[in-house]
Amino acid sequence: MQQSIDFHHRVGSALHDPQIRSNFRQAMDGLMYKRQHSFPDADELLRLRLRSAEIRINALSRLPELLEQLETRCSENGIQVHWAETTEQANAIVLDIMNRHDAGMLIKGKSMVSEEMELNHYLEQHGVTCLESDLGEFIVQLAGEPPSHIVAPAIHKSRQQIARLFSEKFPEIPYSDDVDTLTRSAREILRRKFHAAPVGLSGVNFAVAETGTLCLVENEGNGRMCTTIPPVHIAVTGIEKVVEKLSDIPPLLSILPRSATGQHITTYFNMISSPRKPDERDGPQEVHLVLLDNGRSRIYQDEQLIATLRCIRCGACMNHCPVYARIGGHAYGSTIPGPIGSILEPQKAGLEQFGDLPTASTLCGACGAVCPVQIPIPNLLNRLRYERVRQDHTGATPGQGSQRNPWEARIWSSWRWMHANPWLYRLGTRVATGLRWLIPQRLGAWTRVRSAPRIAKKSLHTLARQKGFTHE
Amino acid sequence: MSLRTNYPGKPERVYFFGTCLIDLLYPEAGLAGMQLIQREGVQVIFPQNQTCCGQPAWNSGYRNEARSVALTQMQCFQQEFPIVVPSGSCAGMLREHYPEMFSGTPQHSAALAFSSRVYELTEFLTQVLRVKLEDLGKPVKVALHVSCSARREMGVSGAHQALLQQLKNVELLEPERKEECCGFGGTFAVKHAEISAAMVEEKANALLATGAETLVSGDCGCLMNITGNLNHRKRDLPGCHIATFLWERTNAAEH
Repeated sequence: MQQSIDFHHRVGSALHDPQIRSNFRQAMDGLMYKRQHSFPDADELLRLRLRSAEIRINALSRLPELLEQLETRCSENGIQVHWAETTEQANAIVLDIMNRHDAGMLIKGKSMVSEEMELNHYLEQHGVTCLESDLGEFIVQLAGEPPSHIVAPAIHKSRQQIARLFSEKFPEIPYSDDVDTLTRSAREILRRKFHAAPVGLSGVNFAVAETGTLCLVENEGNGRMCTTIPPVHIAVTGIEKVVEKLSDIPPLLSILPRSATGQHITTYFNMISSPRKPDERDGPQEVHLVLLDNGRSRIYQDEQLIATLRCIRCGACMNHCPVYARIGGHAYGSTIPGPIGSILEPQKAGLEQFGDLPTASTLCGACGAVCPVQIPIPNLLNRLRYERVRQDHTGATPGQGSQRNPWEARIWSSWRWMHANPWLYRLGTRVATGLRWLIPQRLGAWTRVRSAPRIAKKSLHTLARQKGFTHE
Repeated sequence: MSLRTNYPGKPERVYFFGTCLIDLLYPEAGLAGMQLIQREGVQVIFPQNQTCCGQPAWNSGYRNEARSVALTQMQCFQQEFPIVVPSGSCAGMLREHYPEMFSGTPQHSAALAFSSRVYELTEFLTQVLRVKLEDLGKPVKVALHVSCSARREMGVSGAHQALLQQLKNVELLEPERKEECCGFGGTFAVKHAEISAAMVEEKANALLATGAETLVSGDCGCLMNITGNLNHRKRDLPGCHIATFLWERTNAAEH
């Protein structure tokens, strides 16, 4: 109950914040426009989506085997592989590496898995300073906020809000709300830190089982700096990010940035295959790969819900979601917001905590229509709506049935009685049309912004009969 | 453009699935749809035992309730006639979701056979009956709102448009963000009333901004939502179902 109240409260404040409304609207309009223009050929887009979906489906169908292969190849390449069943374990693995190197500072590239782990918070509690080096992440870290979008973490802030934040946090820098000046300031602050940091952390976009290669897509070069300058590089990722072979990468790389930001290719694309070799002049001396489960192997077991794990984190579903565009990312209260978050988060953390998210959708289908790996998001939202109220307690989604409300269940059971008995339905519509003047003008939430619908004098059943349309 | 690619020739008889929303709130739209088909020389059967496609319960997670209502529908459309539905949303339910709803049950093959006979009304008029419409009405500016199910699930936004474009005195106007949802979403409008309110208000404003005199849609859920908001704000943009609009403009008795 509390989670529902909290969710509605966050939604309410977002909807009444004109800054949030206009920041998201403008940003999402821009992202939708860019995506659309980066795929001028609808047939090519469909072919690419089919191919990308096929690659991800293949990888997931062989997940255990490919993960073992990935571990073997990485180990052969000198990458140390760590397995974490829970976020606590993953955090402890990172802390342990930090401690072994006596490292007090971690510089981070963008990683949604580290957000899922709440790694910054954990490390800070253990005396390790974390510094986000992705510009958007840097901004939200300064503001003490979580990211509001998986690709553009600070998209909820306007340029002026960022300028005010910078002048508050760095009083020595002159105030400016010019984007280039702000970027330059952040760059100068971060550049010094890169050279001082003993350990760098990054996420992983694709992990190639065939070769043990970690692929990282980014635009700012901070990802490359995090993974090459500090003597130790830790990559954290979910176990679902594995793909079978190197030749799977070009199609995915061709669709990911176009779906995300409308770019044909990102400024940087890193393929990390080993620590620095003896004859090499740069690169980290140690590379670690932390593979996090955190509920993913449970999602993997359901033949329909497994599609959730295809996600390549492009953010197109949120960019095109009319609900996300209005309430923004923070209202969801989850690490990953938007349509993909609404199917993923309840499966990971449970429906007790995120039971409202699958209902916060009109099922308009925009998310599924743009998904580069064809995740049937609306169908999975619908499935989770079932999971949240079903009573038989079979199946793997945690918190199954936790959102079942006896009052609502009684309404649906009466609805069934009425609509599964045609004679009763006809009697009901005859009464409703006959007594239509009794229908109140106020119908709860509906009539707060709408007038009440008017019941017709005669139902279509009656009209059809009177106009002589045959029954059989 | 429609998602279905193979269309049969003109049948002798069809079933009409009126939908529960049309039954009680917009019966004239259902009647118009039946008359549009009948005018082409096709006999229209309206089974009196039909009630609702089951979508409200299905989308609320009450799958057993939805299934039992769906079974009632399947029982009253048993002969091999096409089933025409004046709603993208309900047609999408019958065509796309019945097979999923009955998967793993003894009725699965019956559901597959049933769903393969389902057509959305404008799809049926353009692709199967290939209607030619003669516009008898006065010049009018019309804004079309295509429901999300009609657009994405059924792929019939082109059919909506093609029919309206056959009417020579109709000027078709395009609202900004035409592909965006109006915020109805069935129980969503009540469960997440505030988000729905923000969505419908922006949709209504976009439609008003076209300067249209009439709003036309192929789905009564969207119509009830959008015109409900327009009426509430006392804005003068009447709306009607596309079947009503087509019938009124092409039926000699009305002019």
